[in-house]
Amino acid sequence: MREVLAALLTGFIFGLGLCISSMSDPAVVQGFLDIAGDWNPTLLFVMAGGVVVTFIGYRLVLPRGRPLWAPKFSLPAATAIDAPLLSGAAIFGIGWGLAGYCPGPAVLSLASGRTQVAIFVLSMLAGMIVVRWMRTQRSATMPPKPA
Amino acid sequence: MHPYVLATIGGVLIGASAVLLMAFSGRIAGISGIVGGLLPPKPADDWAWRAAFVLGLVLAPLSLALLTGSDRIGAPTVGPAVLVAAGLLVGMGTALGGGCTSGHGICGMSRLSPRSIAAVITFMAAAMLTVFVARHVI
Repeated sequence: MREVLAALLTGFIFGLGLCISSMSDPAVVQGFLDIAGDWNPTLLFVMAGGVVVTFIGYRLVLPRGRPLWAPKFSLPAATAIDAPLLSGAAIFGIGWGLAGYCPGPAVLSLASGRTQVAIFVLSMLAGMIVVRWMRTQRSATMPPKPA
Repeated sequence: MHPYVLATIGGVLIGASAVLLMAFSGRIAGISGIVGGLLPPKPADDWAWRAAFVLGLVLAPLSLALLTGSDRIGAPTVGPAVLVAAGLLVGMGTALGGGCTSGHGICGMSRLSPRSIAAVITFMAAAMLTVFVARHVI
């Protein structure tokens, strides 16, 4: 229950950050990606603010050994820079450039009640489901890949 | 306030959210991963906190609208056909690559994860190239 409360609060703070920084506006995001046009560096300030705070914050939190309200830190185990990582990132980048939506701002923009945002989010969820489904098919027919 | 000041304040809030989620629950604030765990074919057992995070995310602009009169949400810049294609690409790409702008971009880069740094360089380059082709070539 406490983990649910922490998630609600941090999701809310995350959402406020996206709105205040204008990452909730796809035109601003595409303005950053358009380096040959009228370049808008806004996203750079968001990234810088986010990474500096997280870099320092993680260094204070992670050495404590365990989180306050959960038994352990759940950190990604994968370390390999492999084909799925790079091809996935490239595919994501193409979609991000086309529409100016990455997953956070897209989900948040559902609050606007616009049908077009719902179309994007439903398509995004469908894309995620396809990959998750393919993964279960593969793990059902092949032995698990050593990490 | 100047847009860059607001952008920096927004970024600090996003970072604070990521740090608090790690401090309290030990989780990475990666939106694609959090949402992915809610989906079939096998939703994660710990779906409750994931759903709560998504709820918090959506409540933020609604609260801003109540307090200030504006939800600060911009309109889509492209039509429905492009939104469908882009949505599918974003969904498949983030699931395949294990993260998006938040998970790899904010959390992974802050952990100095070589995997995340490689992902960020790749998706930034792909996105810039896509916008270049869409706006200046086609």
